[in-house]
Amino acid sequence: MPEFKHATLPSGLRIVAETDPRSYSMSLGYFVRAGSRNELDPQSGLSHFLEHMMFKGTARRSAEDVNRELDELGGQSNAYTTEEQTVYYATVLPKFQDRIVDLLTDMMTPTLDEQEFETERQVILEEIAKYEDQPPFGAFERAMEIHFSPRGLGRRVLGTSESIEAMTADRMRDYFHTRYRPENIVLAASGNVDFDGLVAMVQTATEGWSGRRAAESLVPDDPDQLPAGIELGNRLAIADAMQAYSIEIGNGPSSEGDERYAGRLLATILGDEGGSRFFWDLIDTGRAEVATCWPQEFSDCGAWFTYLVCSPGDLESNRRFLHDLVANVVRNGVTEEELQQTINKMTAGYIMQSERPSSRLFGLGNRYLMYGQYLSLDQTLEKIRAVDQAAISAVAKRYLAAEPTEIRAQMTSP
Amino acid sequence: MTSFTESASGRITTQILDNGMAVLVQPMPWLRTAAFTLSLRAGVEDEPLEKSGLASMVCEMVQRGAGHHSSRDLVAAQDNLGMDRNSGASTATVSFGAAMPAESFDQALRLYADIVRRPHLPADQLGDARLMMMQELRAIEDEPTQRVMRRVRELHYGPRLGRGNQGTMDSLAALSSLDVQEFYRDHYHAGGSILTVAGRVDAKAVIEQIGEAFGDWKSNAVEAPPEPEGVATYEHLPADSSQTHIAFAFPNIPYGHPDYFAMRAGIGILSDGMSSRLFDRVREKRGLCYTVSASCHSLKNAGGVFGYAGTTPQRAQETLDVTLQEIQNLADDLEQSELDRWKVRIESSLIMEQESSSSRAGSLASDYFQLGRAMPTEELSRIIESLTLEQVRDYWRTHRPGQYRIVTLGPQPLTVPMETSATSR
Repeated sequence: MPEFKHATLPSGLRIVAETDPRSYSMSLGYFVRAGSRNELDPQSGLSHFLEHMMFKGTARRSAEDVNRELDELGGQSNAYTTEEQTVYYATVLPKFQDRIVDLLTDMMTPTLDEQEFETERQVILEEIAKYEDQPPFGAFERAMEIHFSPRGLGRRVLGTSESIEAMTADRMRDYFHTRYRPENIVLAASGNVDFDGLVAMVQTATEGWSGRRAAESLVPDDPDQLPAGIELGNRLAIADAMQAYSIEIGNGPSSEGDERYAGRLLATILGDEGGSRFFWDLIDTGRAEVATCWPQEFSDCGAWFTYLVCSPGDLESNRRFLHDLVANVVRNGVTEEELQQTINKMTAGYIMQSERPSSRLFGLGNRYLMYGQYLSLDQTLEKIRAVDQAAISAVAKRYLAAEPTEIRAQMTSP
Repeated sequence: MTSFTESASGRITTQILDNGMAVLVQPMPWLRTAAFTLSLRAGVEDEPLEKSGLASMVCEMVQRGAGHHSSRDLVAAQDNLGMDRNSGASTATVSFGAAMPAESFDQALRLYADIVRRPHLPADQLGDARLMMMQELRAIEDEPTQRVMRRVRELHYGPRLGRGNQGTMDSLAALSSLDVQEFYRDHYHAGGSILTVAGRVDAKAVIEQIGEAFGDWKSNAVEAPPEPEGVATYEHLPADSSQTHIAFAFPNIPYGHPDYFAMRAGIGILSDGMSSRLFDRVREKRGLCYTVSASCHSLKNAGGVFGYAGTTPQRAQETLDVTLQEIQNLADDLEQSELDRWKVRIESSLIMEQESSSSRAGSLASDYFQLGRAMPTEELSRIIESLTLEQVRDYWRTHRPGQYRIVTLGPQPLTVPMETSATSR
């Protein structure tokens, strides 16, 4: 059986692991409380830009060395940034534990070289341009900006071309020193892990982290001014788009309380891609390309998204279908039969995912970083199985009765 | 006929049923799940030329009710069994696969025997299935990366082997219920079919069960695949996009060819990982793009290397030039350390494959399709281990990439060097 272990170093850095000696692999990840919601206007996009720069060399390794050594360890390694955190992770064979710990830990003290900063700025601008070409053409970001305001949770993770072009390496260094302090970081590991070896190694390697201090103090954002490159209209005109893209955003459960399980089940019953109420009415019939909904959980609040993609001429009638289905679930709840079917499907999904240590890692690290909590697979399954019709109804009434905000991207009308 | 392939990671049992269905089972008793892949010779290459999209349409229609189950009953049964399922038509085959908690396996298998053997093919749902497929076509139109990749594939293998599985608006509009029934009757049978199972199962019991479910299925002859007929060319699709999207392809050998791994290692050095040449030299050193990659693709009788790069228009020409140059110069300065890194990567992924029944079932199916036999992990591991840098270099020196098919989408076309597209292999 998997076993939970944890340790807190004198610096405040927390280490957690779910170990299972039967695993063929081990996964390791640094989870840092540094996301777009922690940024001010002049820092917009900095958490994510910094994530890229963490691969660009340390006192002991050049950028080339970092990439080469990651590949030498043969596993899967990468990083991502969200509104609330930045995560650096790798999955390798257990025999490479010490080498991957050494490498990832060293990467967490980057040199932030000016020349590399300039090259990487171009890559980030390309990344922004790439997403501009992909459906729904920035409409999710717009929905978050309108719902949460363009600051806090509504701040774009990638920043804007304007904010990235204006960024300086000095400002990045300061941000790094403010956010990458040991008390803001959890190191998580899963699978075939030697936990004691991990703790001993990390303790020595991270002794210098406590001295991180920021120099620059930025003035608070002016709420009466929009950040550079931000617009707040709820219509996006897209040249040549074949489909119309409609996003609705409202409130939803946070990732903290048990309500989130009912929220996830409700979203599956309503909007899952195979066999949900939206599916039978809109996808199976060919009325829409996409008709789905999901709760987007954050540590202290949540959003509820409904996403519809179809031919522009069918948009209004399809929206009426969706609204009727939502109104119906708010009024009448769900049947016991569909709830049990969805619970069976969801619990099987969790069980299947848990076979790979790499899929356990993210829940483990994220939960410990945000709440200092651990949930075993069996605890999670128990919580899902405990959801009843009343709990689903309560979530539906609480979050789906209110009128959501709609954001739409479609071709400019001639 | 039963044969066994011994392997430390689990004995693979291969049994060919009398009707021609190849059954491969690999028990992985350390897992909680089981998975299967069922592939039938009812792919895109079996469609009549003018009925593009028919294989996908039939794949969709067989799942709209089968045996005693309506369309909705099927989904309810699958959900209750906890099945994570997928299906789709590729060039040569149509595949149905699922992973699930091991205790669901018996019932799942019976359900899929109903789907492929006793589908209702309800004529009154043809219109819905058609609209559903048209939605997919519309989606591709809005996704530039998919558009260029779909087009370059068509140019690479030619209109017969290279066309997408989604059809066209016109071909879909013309498909009839009779087309669906005829394609189903002619191509859904045991001949040339492959059913692979991996995970927490007992091989003997599973093979017996498969015999009961599929042993008396009819068998038709399987036709040889059409020949590839692609040509070197450059095509530009004008679009008012933020980036210029570049897709390229050149001919190469398919999986199953004796030199395959020497070739594959070269593409690994070019594009697998963050220290690979394309990632390092196009993205990391020059900052030209966010995405750049190349990978191998195999059909039974043809293969190719496909690649993609996305970059803003003012830097697109340089991106194309640098990318092609890296490919052309691949053999000139290969280093042992590059090959060593690629080997560790493959070794690791082979070991980690043992954590997933579905990826193992998928590998068994593609191995059997391409090689005609099971490839145990140890054998593959030995082949990779014994590859030398000389073999990789020799392959790429004697098979210089050429005959490029290039597609760009963006505000402006690019200049494609003629000698590149005219170079023969």
